[in-house]
Amino acid sequence: MIRSEILKEIAPILRTQLVVCNIGIPSQELHAIDDQPSNFYMLGTMGLASSIGLGLALAQPKPVIVIDGDGSILTNLGTLPTIGNNAPGNYILMIIDNGSYGSTGDQPTYTSQRTDLAAMARAAGCTRVVEVQDKDTGPALEEALASGEATVLVVKCDSGNAKMPVITMDPVVIRDRFMKAVAG
Amino acid sequence: MNIDKRIADDLAANGVSFVTTVPCKQLAGVIEEIDQRDDIFHIPSNKEDEGMGLCAGAWMGGKRPAIIMQNTAIGVTINTLATLIQYYRMPLPMLISYRGELREPVACQVEMAVHTKALLAQLNIPTYHFHWQKDVEELDNILKYTFMCNKPVAILTDANFWGGYGDQ
Repeated sequence: MIRSEILKEIAPILRTQLVVCNIGIPSQELHAIDDQPSNFYMLGTMGLASSIGLGLALAQPKPVIVIDGDGSILTNLGTLPTIGNNAPGNYILMIIDNGSYGSTGDQPTYTSQRTDLAAMARAAGCTRVVEVQDKDTGPALEEALASGEATVLVVKCDSGNAKMPVITMDPVVIRDRFMKAVAG
Repeated sequence: MNIDKRIADDLAANGVSFVTTVPCKQLAGVIEEIDQRDDIFHIPSNKEDEGMGLCAGAWMGGKRPAIIMQNTAIGVTINTLATLIQYYRMPLPMLISYRGELREPVACQVEMAVHTKALLAQLNIPTYHFHWQKDVEELDNILKYTFMCNKPVAILTDANFWGGYGDQ
């Protein structure tokens, strides 16, 4: 499976949750598959989805699901110790690990070679770290929500992107409707 | 006047309850003060752009955030300031240790100091420079201004403001 197929499958789970989605094609795919006010789409700033989601989870009690990528995590590796030492039980970091920088032309990342993000998350202090194959994402995500524990979910899948339109929504509109969903 | 407590008091009085920090020797006292307070949640960052991501999330979650960092961080965070904090129009008070200014003992710090105000000006970031200890009296108004206009705002605090750098 590629990322867009996973997103289609888990859309019914994501629909009712606060979601912070990674820059580029992941946000375009989520936006096209199931746009919701409770989705925060990153339009820029590679690497910070996990940090934005952590700040959000620490500031309020609703569950927060971050949809991140292997390339994005590698860009902001300092995030893992911060998560390992601070993440509250309402924080779920789902790393769609397709071993490539999808938005820039599928160049390979180091997770397609020797680098193991789940092991790095454990070494950084994250206690509930789960690695699954693409087809098992839905149940693993539901288990993470039910666990009430901070979770790093590494989803191994194939490299590839769906052709989706660029998000043209104004960033302040994205942010404003998201904040209303957070407060609602 | 205990300057560290004064700064933390002003942050708390303005509802700032989520502070992330990347350390600097000049800022050690205020970071320690914030860490010990019950009315402010302190989360250290490993890098300043990460810290700005935390602040963006905290603000969308209903908390007023602030970041405490060195001016060298302006070199690290320009993309984050432009494409996250400014693009989504978010408030962010940035209490910045202005290394490389008068009474600085480390020559390399001057290399970023000479770019600091120019970079902030290029980004249209409102910028205040605390040089004398009494300048802290403006902090309360600067915080109110920041959360009024939903912009990142820089407060540069130099070695003279902190009473010298270490043994200098």
